[in-house]
Formats: sequence, C-alpha cells, structure tokens
Amino acid sequence: MAGLKDATAIVGIGQTPFARHLPEDEKTLACRAVLAALDDAGIAPGEVDALASYTMEETDEVELAKAVGFGDLTFFSKVGYGGGGSCATVAHLASAIATGQATVGVAWRSRKRGSGPRPWRNTAAQLPTPAQWTRPYGLLRPVDEIAMLARRYMHEYGATRDHLFNVALACRNRANQNPAAVMYERPLTREMYMTSRWISEPLCLFDNCLETDGALACVVVSRERARDCRHTPVYVHSAAQGLPAQHHGMINYWNDDPLTGPAWTAARHLWKHADFTAQDVDVAQIYDAFTALIPLSLEGYGFCERGEGGAFTEQGALEIGGRLPLNTGGGGLSEAYVHGFNLINEGVKQLRGTSTAQVPGAATCLVTAGEGVPTSALLLRS
Amino acid sequence: MLSPVTDPDGAPFWQYAAQGELRVQACAACGEPRFPPRPCCPHCQSFASEWRRVSGHGRIWSYVVPHPPLLPDYAEQAPYNVVVVELTDAPRIRLVGNLVTGPDAPLNSLPPDRIRIGAKVHAVFSGTGLPQWVLERP
Repeated sequence: MAGLKDATAIVGIGQTPFARHLPEDEKTLACRAVLAALDDAGIAPGEVDALASYTMEETDEVELAKAVGFGDLTFFSKVGYGGGGSCATVAHLASAIATGQATVGVAWRSRKRGSGPRPWRNTAAQLPTPAQWTRPYGLLRPVDEIAMLARRYMHEYGATRDHLFNVALACRNRANQNPAAVMYERPLTREMYMTSRWISEPLCLFDNCLETDGALACVVVSRERARDCRHTPVYVHSAAQGLPAQHHGMINYWNDDPLTGPAWTAARHLWKHADFTAQDVDVAQIYDAFTALIPLSLEGYGFCERGEGGAFTEQGALEIGGRLPLNTGGGGLSEAYVHGFNLINEGVKQLRGTSTAQVPGAATCLVTAGEGVPTSALLLRS
Repeated sequence: MLSPVTDPDGAPFWQYAAQGELRVQACAACGEPRFPPRPCCPHCQSFASEWRRVSGHGRIWSYVVPHPPLLPDYAEQAPYNVVVVELTDAPRIRLVGNLVTGPDAPLNSLPPDRIRIGAKVHAVFSGTGLPQWVLERP
C-alpha cells in the first residue's frame, strides 16, 4: 500500500510581519501570506486545487480563493480544536495529494489575536459542555485550565518554576536571534521571570504566549513535483492527529490519567510510521501556548520518560547545542502566537538551512500542535 | 457571575445541587459512575443511567489562583482559588469548585496559602445552587 511517508513535501512558506497590532484585516493578511508562500515555491495561484485551515480561521475558502485567484478546488478541509489543528492542516493536504485528490495544496492561518478579542471574554458563547462544570467557578481562561494541570504535574513529579523558566528562556533566546520575532532584541532574565506578575498561579506572565496579529501559509505538493520547485523540498515523513480515548479537551481532569494528553496518542501513530525515533530528531518545534505544555509534550513524544519533562530542560538542553533545540524562531512564547503555524514554517526553515538560529546539519524536525486539546504533529525531513 | 449553562445531560446535576444534594451520573446497567454526564455508558454502551448520591467528601487534586485580566465579577474577587476535588466515594470523579470558608462565602474568603494538594474537604451548597468546598480541618 502506498503510504504517506515522504510522498509529499512542503515547498513554499510565507508570512506577514508579526506585531501586537497590524492595520490590515485578517482576510488581507491571509492573502498576503498565501501569495508569499506560492511565490516562495514558484507556483502560480491558478495551480492551487486544495486548501486546509483551522475551524477557527475567519477567512473562508471562498473569500481566499476568489481574492488570490486560485484554480478549481477539489479538496478543502478545516480542522478543529484551535491550535491543536495546526499540523493537521498540512497532514490533510498531504493525504489528499498522496491519494490523488489534489496536486497543489495551501494551508494557512491568519489571526488578529493581538488587537482583536480574547475568545474567553465571550460569555454568550459558553459551550454547555464542558464549560458548565468550570466557568461559573472562575476557571475562565485557557491559562487557568492548563495551570491546574501544571500544578498537579509539579506536585507529582517535582518539576519547578525554574524548569518552566528554562522553556521561556530558550524561546526568548531564539527570538533574540530572529528579526521577525515580536520579542527580537528583548532579552529575558531569571530575575524578570521570577518577579513577573502572576496570571494564574503557578503560571506567570512569561509562561504565557504572546498576543499577535499575523498570518502564515505553506504549500504542499507531491515529492515528484517538489523536485521542480525553487527550494530544497522538506518532506512530510510522518503525520498524525490524536484524540485519546476518554479525553475531555483542555479541561482534561476527568480521565484516569489527566497528565497524559493527546500528544501520547499522536506520538504512537507518528513513530509507528517513521523510519527514525525521537532520539534522531535534530530540532523540535513544540506548541508553546504555555511553558507547561513543553514538559508534557517532551514526555508524550518520547524524548524522556514520564515525569522527566521538567528535568529534561536542565543544562541548556533546549538551547542551540543542547540535546533538543526548541522553537528556534522563538515559538508562540516569543516569536508570534498564530495558533502554532509559525512552528511549521520554522521547521521548514531549519531543514532548508535558513533559520535565523540554524541547528548545524539539521535533517529531521518534529513539529507539534497544541497539547491539551485534540492535537496533531508532523515529522519533517530534508 | 456566570451561572451554569446546562444541557440535557448535565441538568439533573444542577437540579440536585439546588436541593443541596451532590449526585453523580452512574450507569444503571454496569454501575460505573461517569463525569461529565453523557447519554450512554462508555464501558457497556447502556443508555440507562441513574443519579447516585455521594458523600460529598473528597481531597484537593489540584488548584490555581487566577489573577486579572478576568471577567469583571471575577476580577473584583481576584486573586481567588479554583480547586479540583477528587471524590472519596468515586476517585476518578473530579469536580471543579472553589475552596471557601463556608456556604455563600466569597471566592477569595480563604487565603491561598491554606490550600494543599491532598487536603480533605467536603461539599457545602450556596444559595445560588453551586456546590462549594470547605476544609475538613479549617
């Protein structure tokens, strides 16, 4: 059976500037990112026949297609669960192209989270389930929901705020190397971290991602077509989504083992179909809406054992030259928070050898989507 | 303050809570309790369910202390605590709530440094029909 392994490649990436406030609207930003990605690939908009994005994306396929001049579309897909859908957009395109349903796919995300509304402030759109069990008590924001798991994780395994700081610092250090990052030239110190204001104890300001306006896109084609494109192809080696049995979304307090989340499910499938293991990953782009998601993801994707995710961050492990250089563009914590799409494009840059914080000789990269919600992940290789 | 927006599965929980009773949904066929409530049993697929009364005793499984920015009613009381309580009668049933000094006390009535994971608590019921929690040994 012809599988997904290396059957497709990412051949174009594009992005707008990232900022707390951009003057243009989300639709315009989406058009700019998509056209930049197609230009990077050397593919005309009229050749595009497949699209994928997030259910939370506000620019729909019709608007995008008629604005930028796509051809006839034969595949279009949207993935749910916010940032959990990022990698799945590429995975859906890869599946469609590998099975002959389309030939040129574009995935994108455009969001004005920096200057726009916060979803948690919307009291009218309370979902009956599961919000009825949490929001009346003042568990209002994603940070509150994840802080609950973080506190339990720290209690159970002895992880500390210094471990979370290690995550924030690695992302900030990479952003300091990346002129496109919101936090370029804005260093972070341990003193700043330890004395910053609380958002939801045990998580402080620097444990939270940025609020950013911006858009990104990438282009996926077959491996045969990829050879004719402008840049070195970055192959989709393995891809997976993950929604574990008896999972409850971000408020995952109700199953047998709440500290194992969707990453574990995605990882099992991802590695089953890969020619290499976690120990062979040169660089990782791990979804970082909150620092506390990194230790959980390090365990879930098999970089360490249960309970060792905090200790894994010690001794510069996440820095360039460490065991697993992390979020080399700065991630959601320090480059831009665009529902994790910048992690996909940064993975491509690493495997092209063009990152602003290049890992020498990087040939394999793990990219993950939001942990804590139904998630997705990609293994990319050059 | 936000009140629960219930659905057909969750409504009985809130009806019992308004009467001062803590009950959880359980399968009427295989007996397994489940939370949050749902139409059928994930273990035996039976659609028959009952609402089983529990003692209201439990232990703190985890907690957070939110600080602003928050919705205005909550920002006024911040920092306050939100706890997850694991029920003694059904250890895999965990309820989100607030640890307070007594029924109808504000969300911030107990200093956060009094809260410990593992502390024994029991349910009390406020006039608004929300179950709340107090320390067994205040």
